[in-house]
Amino acid sequence: MSIEQQRAYVLRSVEERGVRLIRLWFTDVLGNLKSMAISPPELDNALSDGMTFDGSSIDGFSRVQESDVLAIPDPDTYELLPWGDPAAPEARIFCDVHHLDGTPFEGDPRQILRRHVQAAHEAGLTFYVAPDIEFFYFEPPIDGQEPVPIDQGGFFDLTTNDVTGDLRKNTIRTLETMGIPVEYSFHEDAPGQQEIDLRHTDALTMADSVMTFRLAVRELAARNGVHATFMPKPVEGLQGSGMHLHMSLFNGDDNAFYDESDGYDLSDTAKAFMAGLLRHAHEITAVTNQTVNSYKRLVPNFEAPVHISWARNNRSGLIRVPIAKASNPLATRIEYRSPDPACNPYLAFSLILAAGMRGINEGYELPEEADANLFEIEDDVLEKLGINQLPHSLHEALETMEKSTLVREALGEHVFEWFLRNKQSEWRGYKTQVTPFERDRYLKAL
Amino acid sequence: MADSNRMLAVLTRSISPELARTLDLAGYSWKAIGSMLEASDAESDDGWAGVIIDADDDLESAWSFLRTLRKQYADPTPTLVLVGGSQLPELEHRDDLFDDFCLAPFHPAELEARLRHLLHAEVEVQSADLVEYGDLALNLETYQASIGGKPLDMTYMEYELLKFLAQNPGKVFTREILLSRVWGYEYYGGARTVDVHVRRLRAKLGEQHAGLIQTVRSVGYRFGQSRWDS
Repeated sequence: MSIEQQRAYVLRSVEERGVRLIRLWFTDVLGNLKSMAISPPELDNALSDGMTFDGSSIDGFSRVQESDVLAIPDPDTYELLPWGDPAAPEARIFCDVHHLDGTPFEGDPRQILRRHVQAAHEAGLTFYVAPDIEFFYFEPPIDGQEPVPIDQGGFFDLTTNDVTGDLRKNTIRTLETMGIPVEYSFHEDAPGQQEIDLRHTDALTMADSVMTFRLAVRELAARNGVHATFMPKPVEGLQGSGMHLHMSLFNGDDNAFYDESDGYDLSDTAKAFMAGLLRHAHEITAVTNQTVNSYKRLVPNFEAPVHISWARNNRSGLIRVPIAKASNPLATRIEYRSPDPACNPYLAFSLILAAGMRGINEGYELPEEADANLFEIEDDVLEKLGINQLPHSLHEALETMEKSTLVREALGEHVFEWFLRNKQSEWRGYKTQVTPFERDRYLKAL
Repeated sequence: MADSNRMLAVLTRSISPELARTLDLAGYSWKAIGSMLEASDAESDDGWAGVIIDADDDLESAWSFLRTLRKQYADPTPTLVLVGGSQLPELEHRDDLFDDFCLAPFHPAELEARLRHLLHAEVEVQSADLVEYGDLALNLETYQASIGGKPLDMTYMEYELLKFLAQNPGKVFTREILLSRVWGYEYYGGARTVDVHVRRLRAKLGEQHAGLIQTVRSVGYRFGQSRWDS
């Protein structure tokens, strides 16, 4: 499968299907999808030489004096966009961003993940990810008002007037035609909240899929007059939206996380990977949970993790080891429960893999399983047990991240610095807000 | 590559599981028939691709069947006879009635190799640029595919995998074989890559046609129906 064959395939398909517009996709540092549209005659050239664009116009990309960068389409990601006008089809291709001299551009999240995936590959390992993505369907939002869920359903509810169900079904069908297989989907706990679980694939393809997923969900909702949001905690008092990540490492055809001689079916590799994740969890949280709002999800009583711990069937921990139905070597995996769907999947997967690989390479020891409900235990008792908490705010997360050599190395200087600057400014903007909470509490009393 | 349009006739009183399995794994469409009469009834318009005679102890019926067959067609149908070691002398002076023979109990790989050689001229009757199977059509020249008349859009690797499978209907492939034949040996993702792509292809084929690619437990994948199941 040479790159030339792949390019020829894309060119021919565009011609045969009468594609009118090709969207070249890439992702900025914060995880926003960016798109450049080109017409079919330009595609041949774009595939072989890339498309030059001004990087300084993209958040977190180049500085002004070295602003031109090159988007080189990855032909294996060529896909028709199923929601457009069938008479004038559009396609998308994900791009890798390069400097004009052809070297990978360090501000491109996709290239950062590619580097980590490659490093794991050099150790003989392939990183597989399967996310469970939660989100809300709301009525179109009105500024300054509480969002209104489009239904009052609950967990697994089947309602008769099922706008939500139809929309979700339609979305899943669309995802499947785009080569994003769905494992399960259901109505979550909260009114309007949905969950769609994607079938595992390698981390780079999955990060692309998450980008496509978010667009598809929003796009199809909007076409039905519904607003879909991946905001981590859109409504106070309701469950937030997480993106639990099921993960495993494969060594060729063997699951490197599986060891039948272990009581948990977990190999030493799995344990060291988990130990790495747990030890560095606090440092990477600014990226896996990158908004001010993310930290309003990571609170007790809403099925979101607060404590840095692991357990088999305890959903209050940060890492859960799902118990396979029957002992199935291929299904052995771990579930990392803190990330939310508003993160940049390329950077989040990069840091999770880097933390886990650090654990493997340095032989970290996995702490004891914490199988009790941690929310019922006093903080000082937990502290004595060595169980710490995730950051309580974006500010706290950024402070730890700033000191982390692991994150600095894993993201590279460029993205590391830019991310910190951008997020510190977000925090400052938030800190100066005077909220209704404060006015209600203090205006009359003080 | 097996011929996906024309069938092999297997003349036998009862088909042995080993023979059925060997033919299935090799990807042949076949039909077991008990007699000459049945053979002409079951025959399709373009005739049999070949005939296998599993004579067991009744070689006499086999010879009479073959004689009728040879008289019937100007262009003789390739014929292979399965015979036991003690029956070998029977073959003498009957060279005009069959094209090849295989000693029974047979070795599956040997039988497969002999059939491949025997049917060499008979296969590859499909147009080289068009692969069709049920509702699925692949145009190899334009890289376009359709299912039930609707375009089926795929990435390059999905297309290559489906093409390979559809060109070999009925035949079971291990993940390793698919990986080496479709991706090339240098691909590092391991055989799990195959599973991921099969799952993606099934998603694109849609619920109604997802079954075109079947999982053969602890072996691999097969495209289309096995004659064995029906």
